[in-house]
Amino acid sequence: MQIIIFNSSKEPIYEQITNQIKSSILAGELKEGDVIPSMRKLAKDLHISVITTKRAYEELEKAGFIYSIVGKGSFVAEQNLEMIREKKLKVIEEQLSMVIANSREIGLSTEELQQLLNILSEE
Amino acid sequence: MENVVELKNVTKKFKGFSVENIDLQVKKGFVTGFIGANGAGKSTTIKMIMNLLKPDTGEIKIFGLDYQTHEKEIKERIGFVYDGNVFFEGLNLKDIKRIVAPAYKHWDDTLFEQFVDQFELPLNKAIKTFSKGMQMKASLAIALSHHAELIIMDEPTAGLDPIFRRELLNLLQEFMVDGNRTIFFSTHITTDLDRIADYIAFLQRGELVFNQSIHDVAENYALVKGRVELLDRDTEKAFVHIHRAPTGFEALTNNVNAVNNTFGNSVVIERASLEDIMYYMKGRESYV
Repeated sequence: MQIIIFNSSKEPIYEQITNQIKSSILAGELKEGDVIPSMRKLAKDLHISVITTKRAYEELEKAGFIYSIVGKGSFVAEQNLEMIREKKLKVIEEQLSMVIANSREIGLSTEELQQLLNILSEE
Repeated sequence: MENVVELKNVTKKFKGFSVENIDLQVKKGFVTGFIGANGAGKSTTIKMIMNLLKPDTGEIKIFGLDYQTHEKEIKERIGFVYDGNVFFEGLNLKDIKRIVAPAYKHWDDTLFEQFVDQFELPLNKAIKTFSKGMQMKASLAIALSHHAELIIMDEPTAGLDPIFRRELLNLLQEFMVDGNRTIFFSTHITTDLDRIADYIAFLQRGELVFNQSIHDVAENYALVKGRVELLDRDTEKAFVHIHRAPTGFEALTNNVNAVNNTFGNSVVIERASLEDIMYYMKGRESYV
């Protein structure tokens, strides 16, 4: 699991961790049931305090991305509908960004693009 | 959460100096950094935790036990690193080990040799020939070799070069991977704490100002900068201490929400470092 901490970022370190683990799960790099490092090991590896990784894991648990079993460790949770939706939305956003980029290349305006989308949706 | 160290209403008075009504808890499995200016009472507090000084009043419990009935058991479970050499200078590390090891039931020779190796310490040279950094490494090797659950250190990084300071922090983080271990250490070098501390206990003039998690400190305290005309008797209440200059004011708040509500976007709010907090709190004193 790759996590990069940006020390001079305004975003708190625990948030950087939660966001990066979330993205790995949503991108499918981390799959249901995968073991993630213990918060103490992660703290050591990232050279940050235990309470920071603890907070990150607590937030991830609350949001249903991971679960922990005492004495066994933390695992990627079964993904619920909301998460799958979020995952799909992310993919759609990426695809749309590509569409927009392609449209720009040939000078297609946003209005024309919307019309095209409407026509295709009605089919 | 379990407390490894618990001070209740502890007071110790000396001529012209005292530590008063200290309520301090050190949480199991975490690193607590102990900060405060010179003479704030940090060493006195640590000596009381180590039973090297007896409090005048109040109660001290370590691992839930008190020193009157369980001194040996408590000491067995603590590794203590003191600023400066506490060993007889003429001795070498081998002799010191021979004296110290039998005092601990769980002394681990293999572990000790491992640290001696890792720290590149000579076994046969007198301690007095050691540099400051080597003396600290020797103290650490001895403190860490009996499987202590609680490591107490008084200014462990003072006088050490940045490379060894970082190595020491790595070593302490490795030590903390086992969740049953606890570290309590005093320091002036607050950047050490930014990296490994979970809780910060701040002592000022013999009184504990706060003992909070680093997240609480970061969420409550902030530096605020703005134009002087924003300040009046009411708006000033949001601040712990204010520095005024012809170019504007700079102030410390311990209530970021209140500042947001009072000033909105008319001021700049920045993260306050532990040094900022210590400095502004000190400034407040001089006005009293």
